[in-house]
Amino acid sequence: MTAASTSPILPDGEKSVISIRGLDNHFGEQIIHQDLDLDVRRGEILGVVGGSGTGKSVLMRSIIGLQTPADGTIEVLGENMVGREEDEAKNIRRRWGILFQNGALFSTLTVAENVEVPLREYFHFSTTLMDEIASYKISMSGLPADAGPKYPSELSGGMIKRAGLARALALDPELLFLDEPTAGLDPIAAQNFDELILSLRGKLDLTVFLITHDLDTLYAICDRVAVLADQKVVAVGTIEQLLALDHPWIQEYFNGPRGRAAKAA
Amino acid sequence: MASQSLPDKGNDTADRCYSCFGTLTIARAATTEREIAAMGDGMTIDLSGVTRMDTVGAWLVYRAVRDRGAKVTGESDKVRGLLDQVAEADSPVRVIPHKKSGGVVGELGGWVAETGHTLLGLLGFFGATLIGFFNIAKRPRRFRLNAVVQRFDVVGVRALGIIGLMTFLIGIVIGQQGAVQLQQFGAEVYTINLIGRISVRELATLMTAIMVAGRSGSAFAAQIGTMKLTEEIDAMRTIGVSPIEALVIPRMLSAVVMMPLLAFFAMIMSLLGGGIFCWIYLGIPPLTYVQRIREVVPMTDLWVGLIKAPVFGFIIALAGCFQGMLVESNAEEVGLRTTAAVVQSIFMVIVLDAVFAVFFTKIGWA
Repeated sequence: MTAASTSPILPDGEKSVISIRGLDNHFGEQIIHQDLDLDVRRGEILGVVGGSGTGKSVLMRSIIGLQTPADGTIEVLGENMVGREEDEAKNIRRRWGILFQNGALFSTLTVAENVEVPLREYFHFSTTLMDEIASYKISMSGLPADAGPKYPSELSGGMIKRAGLARALALDPELLFLDEPTAGLDPIAAQNFDELILSLRGKLDLTVFLITHDLDTLYAICDRVAVLADQKVVAVGTIEQLLALDHPWIQEYFNGPRGRAAKAA
Repeated sequence: MASQSLPDKGNDTADRCYSCFGTLTIARAATTEREIAAMGDGMTIDLSGVTRMDTVGAWLVYRAVRDRGAKVTGESDKVRGLLDQVAEADSPVRVIPHKKSGGVVGELGGWVAETGHTLLGLLGFFGATLIGFFNIAKRPRRFRLNAVVQRFDVVGVRALGIIGLMTFLIGIVIGQQGAVQLQQFGAEVYTINLIGRISVRELATLMTAIMVAGRSGSAFAAQIGTMKLTEEIDAMRTIGVSPIEALVIPRMLSAVVMMPLLAFFAMIMSLLGGGIFCWIYLGIPPLTYVQRIREVVPMTDLWVGLIKAPVFGFIIALAGCFQGMLVESNAEEVGLRTTAAVVQSIFMVIVLDAVFAVFFTKIGWA
């Protein structure tokens, strides 16, 4: 394996959906990212891993415009994201879906109403069509039909994740951001979640940016894995490619007992 | 436009055919829905020209097949897969919970039951607070001095500015309004009586209570309510920290202790405002003003004002903490409960103020 094959920057000529160059993020004295580069290919499922506090969520928040970076450029679907006005970024926001770590469902709306929020914001559909879209998104996300009229406070953690996914998928996005989607799910639910993502990717030409700690998910569905360490993306590649590197954290992560167990599975 | 669909309504012998070209996605779902609705039942939907389809497009086609007996032709494998996927996910979901409606009587009954429930809860909360005080009295080491002192700062010291300014202005307003009326029969010197008695006996305490209810009562409800939402209260309980002792008692104490101090400060500021008004507008020198105040305001007026203050503080803290503890499910409830805390405490303060007015007059402190 050559070093070039695990570079976070794609070779010239390959189309990227997300392209980050020279990203700097810091909170006061604490440096989160320094000179971070990353490309995400169209149609791939990119897993993002890194120890706690390495700034995985901050990276995602920077890409989706919730965190203004100190320096660097971020392009999503060919458009610059840094320093954009709210209105300009609206067209981009329509084309992505985001599942936050804790679901971030609107607590005063039912699950079905939560799914309808993006639909109402961008389209004028009949109520019937809107309810139908919400219905199939909900059951597609693996929720039972009786979850639709429930409020988020009445849901279990796993159901909140699924409802969040249903809302993220509401607009049939091209780009899906998932922040630890399988954390807190039981293994069966996590596996179903993986399969769901995989099947949606196949049918909808989704590109998925997936932050996860779940080694099974990494092995099962990720095309490439990006490793965050030392304030940047140290390597991106298939797990086999990463295993060939002698970065201490990567070795410990994938060759630890859990990593080996996941590989065997 | 990258996409177009041409409804081709052929004659009766040929199949009625709806042909889609380009992208059949959410972006043109409204148009597609309309166009399919305009076609007759049993139409044929030709998807051979579709370059890109999403689940919304697939849903519209699937719905036409399900409800209108449409036939689909020319679909690619990918489109077939999407159609199968939405078909699999087809299960009607209710959007809002079913509401039981019992008419006017039902609503009234529900309201009465809820009010009764709330009052019972308030009684229980009051009892729990008393038990908390009792426990702390038994084991003084459990008293949270730091928390209490911090509340003193937030509820008392930081309110000095706004309460001082407010009652200073109130003093001026009483003086000005009084003077205008009393001047009509040359009795403007009695403006001092008016300012002195009304400030000390009634308004300073009442205005302070209203300000504390708005400032601190609301904060109590919102803080405790948010802590309930984030399960911090549950966490406290499981660690063995009593939320009553850790949260409610410091707030109660701070309101009860700070209210008389703030009320006294408010009285002084109100007298000061009135005095400055009398000096500038009526030409009564400050020394004379102070002397007159000492003559016309009986000591009992001060007691009346100061005795009411801790009671008002208690009511405010009770309503704020109780409403905060009632927050259950969502962010909106924090807002509703905070509003309820302020409205109820101000209302209770004014009702009690009336009771006190009658009581003190009856015992001869007129």
